[in-house]
Amino acid sequence: MDPLIEAFGLTKAFPVSRTWRQMLRAERPRLKAVDGIDLTIRRGDSIGLVGESGSGKTTVGRLLLKLTSITSGQLTYRGDHLDRMKGARLRGFRQQAQLVFQNPFDALNPRFNIRRIVAEPLVNLGVPRAEHETRTADSLRLVGLAEPQRYLDRLPHQLSGGQLQRIVLARALVVGPEFLVADEPVSMLDVSVRAGILNLMRDLKERLSLTSFTISHDLTLVRYICSRTLVMYLGRIIEQGPTEEIIARPAHPYTKALIAAVPRPDVDQPRDALPISGAIGSAATPPSGCRLRHRCPYAFARCASEEPPLIEVAPGHTAACHLHIA
Amino acid sequence: MASIELPHIAAAARPRAPGLFARLARHLAKNPSALIGVSIYLVFVLVAALAGSIAPYDPIEILFTEDGQLAASLPPSAAHLLGTTNLGRDVFSQLVLGARPSLFVGLTAAVAVATIGSAVGLVAGYLGGWVDRALMRLADLVLGLPFLPFVIVLVALIGPSLQNIVLTVAILLWPNAARVIRSQVLTLSQRQFIEAARVTGAGEWRIMLVHIAPNIVPLAFLYGSIAVGWAILTQASLSFLGFGATDTISWGTMLQDAYASQALDREQFSWFVPPGICLVLVVLAGFLISRGYEELLFPKLGEG
Repeated sequence: MDPLIEAFGLTKAFPVSRTWRQMLRAERPRLKAVDGIDLTIRRGDSIGLVGESGSGKTTVGRLLLKLTSITSGQLTYRGDHLDRMKGARLRGFRQQAQLVFQNPFDALNPRFNIRRIVAEPLVNLGVPRAEHETRTADSLRLVGLAEPQRYLDRLPHQLSGGQLQRIVLARALVVGPEFLVADEPVSMLDVSVRAGILNLMRDLKERLSLTSFTISHDLTLVRYICSRTLVMYLGRIIEQGPTEEIIARPAHPYTKALIAAVPRPDVDQPRDALPISGAIGSAATPPSGCRLRHRCPYAFARCASEEPPLIEVAPGHTAACHLHIA
Repeated sequence: MASIELPHIAAAARPRAPGLFARLARHLAKNPSALIGVSIYLVFVLVAALAGSIAPYDPIEILFTEDGQLAASLPPSAAHLLGTTNLGRDVFSQLVLGARPSLFVGLTAAVAVATIGSAVGLVAGYLGGWVDRALMRLADLVLGLPFLPFVIVLVALIGPSLQNIVLTVAILLWPNAARVIRSQVLTLSQRQFIEAARVTGAGEWRIMLVHIAPNIVPLAFLYGSIAVGWAILTQASLSFLGFGATDTISWGTMLQDAYASQALDREQFSWFVPPGICLVLVVLAGFLISRGYEELLFPKLGEG
């Protein structure tokens, strides 16, 4: 199938504050939150992006939705360059690509009632006013709020976290998008309502044949929703492949560590020692060679001198680790 | 399933969500200090509006007693509720008509400060970059000006009319409002609902005016009500110091006249105490309201 979104060498760098010495030398240090990633999303895909805090996952999501500008590289949506989109074409894109937010308590304007919140995309995208009422109500029903009238005149702080996240979904779906980015969609919710939201998202993806891109630090969530998974570390994709394959046979030491770190409900069960230690470094000063080498128990001389490329370890499964080059 | 319920929705009366004024009113009912403040304003606004029919005499008319003597420095009586001045003018009539310039100066200065402060704060905070730096350095500059000396000099240059007093007060007070509103705008810009507006296709102007601006109204209101007090005091100070307009009767000019004619020596308290109390009340009302509305800055805390 045609790729919906394609990225080549996608990079996002942020300026960081300079020291006096750097200012005198006219240096402009930059932090590459996303450092040259390639990505193909096909229609109907459900892709997961995992990584720990600071790996650049959220920035990838923001880039895909043109919420932040690209520093270098290419990013196309249905063949159109995202960084050149303006006016009507940008509005067309906004209608196609939507975002589900991490924190539903912050993602809804506290002074707008639910009616205005859900209808806002319709207003912005120029949908005739006569359709707002029905489309808003339909969208609320779609996300499992069976009696929309009960919610329309409420303000966000009068609803619960689970209800708010459904409103966030309803707002994203009201314009009928085909591509949905979800950035940690349940991390701010109580455990008891997470399953409901995740089931809803999985169900909606099927019913509306959405293409989804889910960002999370939680492999279990990605496993539940996504057929393909990307693992990110310090701005780079270090492993990608079918989700089940990656979980069953992780090829990169970092992925192994992520899987080992998944909490299990049984406290008595012995846990594998984590293969990596320490903390993710700063993307402003990434290590030479492999970015994981300071934390990796398998690191050898080559890891310091040469950055490993993504190599195929199984059909459709690639990993960036020198251990697999032999 | 969806289409079956639709007619029902269309038929249902659509109750409007409480608007800004409804929320302000609801907040007021629960907040005694704001309620007192608003009541004081209402009384003075009413007095100022009806001043012509409340005042028994023309405030600058020189009055004579029945035996043809100048009605100078009379004690309070039924004819002259607060007595008369040393030049035979009715103090009560002056007090009533003096509410007009005070309220005019106070309210227009409030509107001016709130408007300029909001506009500058919104633009600086949302656009950032050199616009922000330029506006904030200008604000710093103005904040460095000494208040009363600057007003005196400016009014001496452009004339002591009420409009000019409002202008000088607005020039001097907008930076306080702009700075605080800017910081609020900076915080709001980082909120996810602003990102949500952007991802759903809202333009920059719409984000600024529809999504951010309503959230700074309470702050603008707060700085507006503080400006009321400052403006009235400034006008009174100018009049008292003798730099004010000589043809307007205001509480400030009353105090100046009483002071100049040594009313305190004659123990003519009914002349200078009432305008003083009126000034205190109006200024106090502004601060009571701003205090009471502080909670409104955080709508979630305000209406549990």
